[in-house]
Amino acid sequence: MQTMLKVENVVKSFDGTGVLKGVSFTLDEGKVIVIVGPSGCGKSTLLRCINGLEQVDSGKIYLKDELISGRTRDMHLVRQKVGMVFQSYDLFPHMNVMQNLLLGPTKALRKNGEEVRREALAMLRRVGLEGKENALPRTLSGGQKQRVALVRAMLMHPELLLLDEITAALDPEMVSEVLNVVIDLARDGMTMAIVTHEMRFAEAVADQVLFLEDGMAAESGPPEQFFHHPQTERARRFLRSFSYESKNSRKEKQDE
Amino acid sequence: MQVSGISVLFKGINFQRLLGGLWVTMRIALITIGLSVVFGLLFGLLMLSKNKVARAFCRLWLEIVRFMPQLVLLYVVYFGFARLFGWDLSGESSAVIVFTFWGTAELGDLIRGALTSIPAHQRESAAALGLTSRQIYRYILIPQTVRRLLPQAINLSTRIIKTTALVKMINVTEVLKVGQQIIGQFYRQPDAAFWVYFTIFLLYFLICWPISLLAGKLEKRWA
Ligand SMILES: Nc1ncnc2c1ncn2[C@@H]1O[C@H](COP(=O)(O)OP(=O)(O)OP(=O)(O)O)[C@@H](O)[C@H]1O
Ligand SMILES: [Mg+2]
Repeated sequence: MQTMLKVENVVKSFDGTGVLKGVSFTLDEGKVIVIVGPSGCGKSTLLRCINGLEQVDSGKIYLKDELISGRTRDMHLVRQKVGMVFQSYDLFPHMNVMQNLLLGPTKALRKNGEEVRREALAMLRRVGLEGKENALPRTLSGGQKQRVALVRAMLMHPELLLLDEITAALDPEMVSEVLNVVIDLARDGMTMAIVTHEMRFAEAVADQVLFLEDGMAAESGPPEQFFHHPQTERARRFLRSFSYESKNSRKEKQDE
Repeated sequence: MQVSGISVLFKGINFQRLLGGLWVTMRIALITIGLSVVFGLLFGLLMLSKNKVARAFCRLWLEIVRFMPQLVLLYVVYFGFARLFGWDLSGESSAVIVFTFWGTAELGDLIRGALTSIPAHQRESAAALGLTSRQIYRYILIPQTVRRLLPQAINLSTRIIKTTALVKMINVTEVLKVGQQIIGQFYRQPDAAFWVYFTIFLLYFLICWPISLLAGKLEKRWA
């Protein structure tokens, strides 16, 4: 299996305060890594470094075999291959749904508009947004906006998709409609790095979990291990703060 | 025989004279708005620049414009500068200078406001799609700036048009002045004054009202 993303010892600080203190991981093609950790531990910064929205201070990031960190020119070519969806609804408010969807493929990739439109309509249908192509973003619910944002990223056919707490700003009843789309993508083999506070979703979607604390990888491993047999006291404490109890510990309690 | 003063308007070329005066007003306003757009853009960018001196300079300029009555500025330029520097400025040029001084600062501030009101994540989401920075400006930042700016800029334009009535005070024969001349000629017609001023009011209204309707419509559409 090919390595899609390789993050090597990435260090990043803002105004002299270390935010990432040497983070490394690799992600194989078609796999999903979920990055969790307390607020302020550097999760967003890590994704933003991968996407080139922040420059790393040191360390290296590779997409397949291409070095993508430390570049200043042609970063847009890298971003055409690395999609990203953010927490806030970042649709372009002056464009309708279809215009939002077409912009990247037709302007950045210079694809034929008609073809992309057909593909876009199919994808909208798949995420339950049939008939919304002419709607303006402000007329959509938060959950609908985030599904459009996901479709917009997917229409670029990225090799890697970065999701930064895409349900954090949603009303609870809309969270699952968005997460279900992500689970579908994972099933279809999309390579993703996902930051989330939804632990059940994380466990369901992850092939690999990275627990960041204070800018360092405090623990990493397969989801069964991280969620049910965390190796470190910090990870246990973190999971308890979500009152996320593993199936095992729940069973243990019942047995008592 | 007492004839209604309204007939004054239709005597000879009186109505054309009023329109001629209105054209003087509009000419001053149009030139002012045109120049203010050009300089206002520079002013707005200067206000956003990293240079502290430039920013302080712009702030001072803006404060002066906001606190100084336009009429005082007109007197300063038309009478003051003429004496001080021996300039022979026509009333119309003085008016354009003063109103552009004002329009530049206010429009510049509007442009600054519109540019900074676009959230940073708009740029970032566009960048995340792999657009070049030129494309980000063209498709995302400039259209959104214009949408925010245009209704306010149009409102500023109507304020500038209204304020041009002041140029009468520096001997420009604009619509108000023409009106007074007509009233003077027909001093025997006591209600001529009412009709002449009413007509001037209507003329201003007919120009400014559609413009402000347009602004309101754009504002609603782009809200
Ligand atoms: N542009 C910036 N300038 C200065 N400090 C920053 C900047 N971006 C992030 N930080 C700081 O870096 C630290 C990590 O931020 P980051 O957004 O990566 O955390 P996070 O793990 O995503 O947190 P959350 O779960 O709250 O989103 C925080 O202390 C934050 O204040
Ligand atoms: Mg974050």
